[in-house]
Amino acid sequence: MVELWNLYVAFFRIGILTFGGGLTMLPMLKYELVEKRNWITEDVLLDCYAIGQCTPGIIAVNTATFVGYKRKGVLGGIVATLGMATPSILIITVVAMFLEAMMSYAIVQHAIMGIRGGVCGLMLNTVYTLAQKSLTKKDPEGKLHLDKICVAICAAAFVLAFFTPIPTVLIIVIAAVVGVILDKVTGGAAA
Amino acid sequence: MSQAFLLIFEFFKTGLFAIGGGPATIPFLMDMAKKYPWFTMHELSSMIAISESTPGPIGLNMATYAGFRTLGTFGGIVSTLALVLPSIIVILIIAKFLDGFQENRIVQAVFKGIRPAVTALIAAAVIDMIRVTLFTEEAGKVIPQYKGCILCVVIFALLQWKKLKKLHPAVWFLAAAVVGVVFRF
Repeated sequence: MVELWNLYVAFFRIGILTFGGGLTMLPMLKYELVEKRNWITEDVLLDCYAIGQCTPGIIAVNTATFVGYKRKGVLGGIVATLGMATPSILIITVVAMFLEAMMSYAIVQHAIMGIRGGVCGLMLNTVYTLAQKSLTKKDPEGKLHLDKICVAICAAAFVLAFFTPIPTVLIIVIAAVVGVILDKVTGGAAA
Repeated sequence: MSQAFLLIFEFFKTGLFAIGGGPATIPFLMDMAKKYPWFTMHELSSMIAISESTPGPIGLNMATYAGFRTLGTFGGIVSTLALVLPSIIVILIIAKFLDGFQENRIVQAVFKGIRPAVTALIAAAVIDMIRVTLFTEEAGKVIPQYKGCILCVVIFALLQWKKLKKLHPAVWFLAAAVVGVVFRF
């Protein structure tokens, strides 16, 4: 019981001290789980994190479930995840209530219109950074090159997403199938 | 009640198919904005700003916010739990049965296909969002909102500067809010 509570508290702390999510939380995880509590080694943490990245769902949540499971089994996985989600639920609910009440002021509306422009700029940058990461590969000398196959998949998915009513889920499933077919055709040379 | 089930269904689906963290949920939220009267595309952009500037993983924050907009506090809790449920199920199965999951060749092949597609999905969603928030349509004509467009381009340009890249998103939103008030957006 005490261990489960500690697990909940640890992930509550990680949730409340992480801004941004997924990729920015690794230093927090390392501090809370490896350095402070000695619950897992850094290698196990990096394993959890790698699996968290390549499984469905939010990276932060996946990592929490995985670490919780390693520590205290299935119940541990659930408790750690709930600990991670609690701060989001509390904070966002309060902020949302507060904002709804403020919306009628002109100054707040101007501020929000400004923020919307800012969000567009920031999101453009997110896409740009993501494209740099997901559409390139390293050659043996460590230089980055555009990966033609990735660019083709990206372009095809973009056309489907932007110009057709095909649901997002279906596009992801198609992409997964294409990945497997490419692997079979190229005999793994593309991976 | 049926609204609650729809919320749970949509966020469960998002949790199951949003691969790669916070921004990957945006295409799904965009679908919801188009399909249901829960929140508009305009509100979605404020939701993103708030989710990025408050503690907690962005994906969870957005689920709570979207649920709250739809069904109040109850909606916020339900949506967030629905979002994490697929993670819990999938990760527990993987942790229990699959050793060396990420080294598995099929898994690698699947992600080789999915990663560039996710980039495309997010790009399409962001372009859609820009079209709705920075452009208005009047009598069939598309009119850009110049102030918003300029701010968007300036912030994107500043973000390419290494020293500014590390600034917390909340700093940018605060600056954008001040610009919005000063220049009467």
